[in-house]
Amino acid sequence: MTTIHSETKLPMATDKASQIQKSSKQDLFEHPDFYLLDDLLSEEHKMVRSAVRDFVKREISPYIESWAEHAYFPYEMVKKFGEIGAFGPQLPEKYGCGGMDYIAYGLIMQEIERGDSGMRSTASVQGSLVMYPIYKFGNEEQRQKYLPKLASGEWLGCFGLTEPDHGSNPSGMTTHFKDMGDHYLLNGAKMWISNAPHADVAVVWAKNEEGRIHGLIVERGMEGFSTPETHGKWSLRASATGELVFDNVKVPKENLLPGKSGLGAPMMCLDSARYGIAWGAIGAAMDCYESARRYTLEREQFGKPIASFQLQQKKLAEMLTEITKAQLLNYRLGQLFNEGKATTAQISMAKRNAVETALNIAREARQMHGGMGITQEYPMMRHMANLESVVTYEGTHDIHLLILGADITGIPAFK
Amino acid sequence: MNILVCITHVPDTTSRIAFTNDNTEFDKNGVQFIIGPYDDYALARAVELKEQHGGKITVLNVGEAETEPTIRKALAIGADEAVRVNAFPSDSFFVANQIAAVAKQGEYDLILMGRESIDFNGGMVHGMVGELLGLPSFSPVMQLDVEGTTAKITREIEGGKEKLEVSLPFVAGCQEPIAEWKIPNMRGIMSARTKPLNVVEPTDATVHSQLSKYELPPAKGAVKMIDADNVEELVDLLKNEAKVI
Repeated sequence: MTTIHSETKLPMATDKASQIQKSSKQDLFEHPDFYLLDDLLSEEHKMVRSAVRDFVKREISPYIESWAEHAYFPYEMVKKFGEIGAFGPQLPEKYGCGGMDYIAYGLIMQEIERGDSGMRSTASVQGSLVMYPIYKFGNEEQRQKYLPKLASGEWLGCFGLTEPDHGSNPSGMTTHFKDMGDHYLLNGAKMWISNAPHADVAVVWAKNEEGRIHGLIVERGMEGFSTPETHGKWSLRASATGELVFDNVKVPKENLLPGKSGLGAPMMCLDSARYGIAWGAIGAAMDCYESARRYTLEREQFGKPIASFQLQQKKLAEMLTEITKAQLLNYRLGQLFNEGKATTAQISMAKRNAVETALNIAREARQMHGGMGITQEYPMMRHMANLESVVTYEGTHDIHLLILGADITGIPAFK
Repeated sequence: MNILVCITHVPDTTSRIAFTNDNTEFDKNGVQFIIGPYDDYALARAVELKEQHGGKITVLNVGEAETEPTIRKALAIGADEAVRVNAFPSDSFFVANQIAAVAKQGEYDLILMGRESIDFNGGMVHGMVGELLGLPSFSPVMQLDVEGTTAKITREIEGGKEKLEVSLPFVAGCQEPIAEWKIPNMRGIMSARTKPLNVVEPTDATVHSQLSKYELPPAKGAVKMIDADNVEELVDLLKNEAKVI
């Protein structure tokens, strides 16, 4: 068994770390709850949300603008996410996870993305795209080996599905592996992989000699495996993105996920992650809305707060309406997840709706802040830029539309 | 080490404060309740002391059933079990009597609480509990370390600090920077649901004070800007309008 050599990970950019500044601005966020959705939450749900909100206010909000400005991935957050329990909270406690329901999982994602979509990406990739497939399709040895260390944040994981030439059409992937008797030989490349540059473990989807897609656990330190970082992003700047390159990587046979093969396996992981995105994006929307509500009440023009003007009130009223609709959609989807009844098309609707809502609200809220809205003093520009990734990854906005279209008509438009 | 941590259930520090029923009742509508911030420091230090020395933390609240979510949060943060004295916390003397009654049932090495609650800010309960139990009581305690049966504490005093060595057991009213507030993690929240929360009926105790009326402080007035050269106007305003000179 190959061991993990953490020293081969991307070295920390210490020059960037020294430039990170703590903001003195106090994060006063409170969530809108116009339809008293809190009445539907248990005391535990509310405690989860309040704990993660306090965590975000203490660990993320004071630094996030500086992290984003310097394109700095705060690796120390991996351990902190592990301590608070943000990695795989919906998986069983016996693997060091939270054993919580999907409403709690959604609330955790909402609160983290309220802080930043890049931070939520780190958490949801680990929980839904790395830990979930190991739990769902892995054997007991694999679960015992990987899940506790991923849950605690000792290890960071990533998920390799998208390739340079295969984004919306993952079934066309060319990454493949060959059975060499005592091991598999893996070749190919993956692109746009969140967490890749710092990951200890990668869950990689590749075709066998018969062209069937399987999941393989690739570990840092395996010869021929590298994770070059993607630079120059204007989005998710506090999250590290990279490639996964496999050049004749010898993968031990026990690293194959035995539970499920075919494209359906990675799609099940994406269902879980997209659910988290639906909640998360509304967190970002709430942050922008709250900032606009407070700013327009404080900012005076023509001798009165700009919130007293009808155009600003229209914007606030529409934002709150859209947030409330999305909250109700997400909550119901959470119930369906808890009952094991959520369908891919339902998840597509929620992800698509939430991200579009958040993008529109970020843009409107930015305008309501006038010139101040383009600065780091307020979060909208960062959320807006982040959401351009969120509207693209884990199924583009258009693909989700076509998933819904196929569900309605029975005719898939993208095959 | 056996630690009793007494917590209050108080409105969040950012709550909008309003009164009803002819200003005789606090309006709880829309108000979030939290563990008293000073009590939260005491609890955080108790969790650290337990990590260092082992033992058990019991959290105690005098309050009606509505305080249970706040108590559960203390269990999620790291207390092992909880006691709720099922009574409205009418005044400091009443609350101190309830705490003393519970404390007598267990052999506690430390009885910790906040220096004061943040609703009525009486700051008297720790002193009264010490008196009722015949134990020394210290407040406000900013540092607390335990070695064997002795504790080293730092207490804030007028214009300085006082460092003391004290034998266990004793009562302490705590404040920052005794520990950093602890945020419960997801595993703590899940385990809190199965930890024991025992409800006990109150002991008889006199209530010495009666609430007659609440009053909000006067609203903050607007700031008046006066030209730096116009000292006469400044003096006139301070004398005749603000009436401070």
